[in-house]
Amino acid sequence: MSTPAIEARGLRKTYGRHVAVEGLDLTVEQGTVFGLLGPNGSGKTTTILMLMGLTDVSAGTVRVLGMDPTREPLRVKQVVGYMPDTVGFYDEMTATENLRYTGKLSGMRGAELEGRIDRALARVRLSINARQAVKTFSRGMRQRLGLAEIMMRQSRVAILDEPTNGLDPQSTHEFLDMIRELKAEGLTILLSSHLLDRVQAVCDRVGLFHRGRMVLEGTVPQLAREVLGGGFRITVEATSDGDLAPVLKAIPDVHRVTALGPRSWRLNADRDVRPRVVQAVAAANATLLGLEMATPSLDDVYTEYFREVRNAA
Amino acid sequence: MRREGSPWTGVWTVLAKETADHLSSARLWFLEGLILLAAGGASYAAIGRIRDTVSEDPFLFLSLFTVAREPLPSFVLFLGFLVPIVSIALGFDSINGEHARRTLSRLLAQPIYRDALLIGKFLAGLVTLAITFLALWLLMIGLGLLMVGLPPGGEEVLRGGVFLIVTVAYGGVWLAIAMLFSVVFRQQATAALAALALWLVFAVFWGMVAPLAAEVFAPMDGSPLSQIAAVEMQQAVARVSPNVLYGEATLALLNPGTRALGPVLFSQLQGAVLGSPLPFTESLLLIWPQITGLVAAVIVTFAVTYVLFQRQEIRA
Repeated sequence: MSTPAIEARGLRKTYGRHVAVEGLDLTVEQGTVFGLLGPNGSGKTTTILMLMGLTDVSAGTVRVLGMDPTREPLRVKQVVGYMPDTVGFYDEMTATENLRYTGKLSGMRGAELEGRIDRALARVRLSINARQAVKTFSRGMRQRLGLAEIMMRQSRVAILDEPTNGLDPQSTHEFLDMIRELKAEGLTILLSSHLLDRVQAVCDRVGLFHRGRMVLEGTVPQLAREVLGGGFRITVEATSDGDLAPVLKAIPDVHRVTALGPRSWRLNADRDVRPRVVQAVAAANATLLGLEMATPSLDDVYTEYFREVRNAA
Repeated sequence: MRREGSPWTGVWTVLAKETADHLSSARLWFLEGLILLAAGGASYAAIGRIRDTVSEDPFLFLSLFTVAREPLPSFVLFLGFLVPIVSIALGFDSINGEHARRTLSRLLAQPIYRDALLIGKFLAGLVTLAITFLALWLLMIGLGLLMVGLPPGGEEVLRGGVFLIVTVAYGGVWLAIAMLFSVVFRQQATAALAALALWLVFAVFWGMVAPLAAEVFAPMDGSPLSQIAAVEMQQAVARVSPNVLYGEATLALLNPGTRALGPVLFSQLQGAVLGSPLPFTESLLLIWPQITGLVAAVIVTFAVTYVLFQRQEIRA
């Protein structure tokens, strides 16, 4: 197997007595999209800065494509593109001038650089705005310009901090499409977000952050099984004289029954048990009002997980 | 452990971009206009005086810089006052401005070291200062040629050139101070105000502080020795201020008759022809400590800025 794009072992970061990141293990394989998810202040940005070598590591090791960002920062930064949270540009300069500046800083010159700038701007559909000052740009356009910088530099790893933060649904959709395109070209992408449903669609694997620790890691269905206790979630709405919960629980392959209200229950099951539910409800002399199956979303995993954490505390 | 790669990677790019920014900024145009006005007024007044007094001054041309006519101060005095303001204007938002625009983390994610950004920005400020003062200096010389009709002598050009270099060094001190504040304070307004406050202290209040400090540290008891000690103490304290160093350096450079900058005893004056000019090398020797002091202040301030910037967390 090839070298992982990003590999962190026992990563720790403290600011004075405050522990920002604790015992982080992370592996991102090349060519995959990894999502760092978690509430604000849970250590996502700190982790990203450590991966980039932009802040000191208190303990632990980081390897980016086999290189150490604290020892060989220039070589790491040469292959990694970074788009910070609320990306900033020089407002008075045009889009092209902004890209030319960072392009020159990463060692490109002349006709090659100009060609790369034009192609990158075309890909993020900013060609017609190329000669405009960035101060006229909307948030979505700035975000796309940030992505254009990564394309221009032809980075092998892209690290995006809250890339969809503050974007309207249409812009978010476009932005996620561009991320998919980059992935198709073989880029490794690490992105962080607190907006789960949007990110779920593009991530191969996700890691859930909570208070500086990565508490869950895996593919979205894996996490759903782990946290929600079953891949299929079925909501049953029915009127009945007696309690339906034992009846529903008795259906094979149902793990768990949670009462959502006086007339509704949620089932966690290993497979689609809807026909069985209809039969069971009818057999119990109850009237079925509604039956719905939801594919588990990251949002549910997240909410459920943090509810468990709160309950345990 | 040793870092990989060169800290100079990218310095040239940062330098070019920042210099272009400085030279096209409205801020600098405004200040240059102010300096030009001051210089124009001062030199016009000086030229009037020079025309009136037809003496046998071998360094007539240099007096263009130093001669004043009431109520205007001389050109050198104007510069001593305005150079810090220009430098502060160039430097006070260099680092915290990148923070505020949220460009800092994106810049440092490029394959360069932080060194490149800081050194590039500092050099860009110095280059801008040098360009500005060189233009001003040439303007003054041109004005002198046209209005006095007297070409400067070789030694006058030499003294003027060193004066230019000392002025850039003096500007460098204030540039380094302004950049230090731009690293320390996240708010650009705070940094600007702090730098201006320090400038006010050195330009206005330091002259009052120095005698007080001398009184405290070297009290006079009436004996001649204690008087000398007091004067020397006062001078030592005064020379903490870069403005004083600059004033002394320009005095010796532009007034070749200046023989000493400290207290002189009668015995030391024996055999001296008072008022006769010192050779260029002797004048340079006289102010060598001042020049060294200015350059040292630049280096020390920049070093402190460098260390603080390297340790700074870049996240907003």
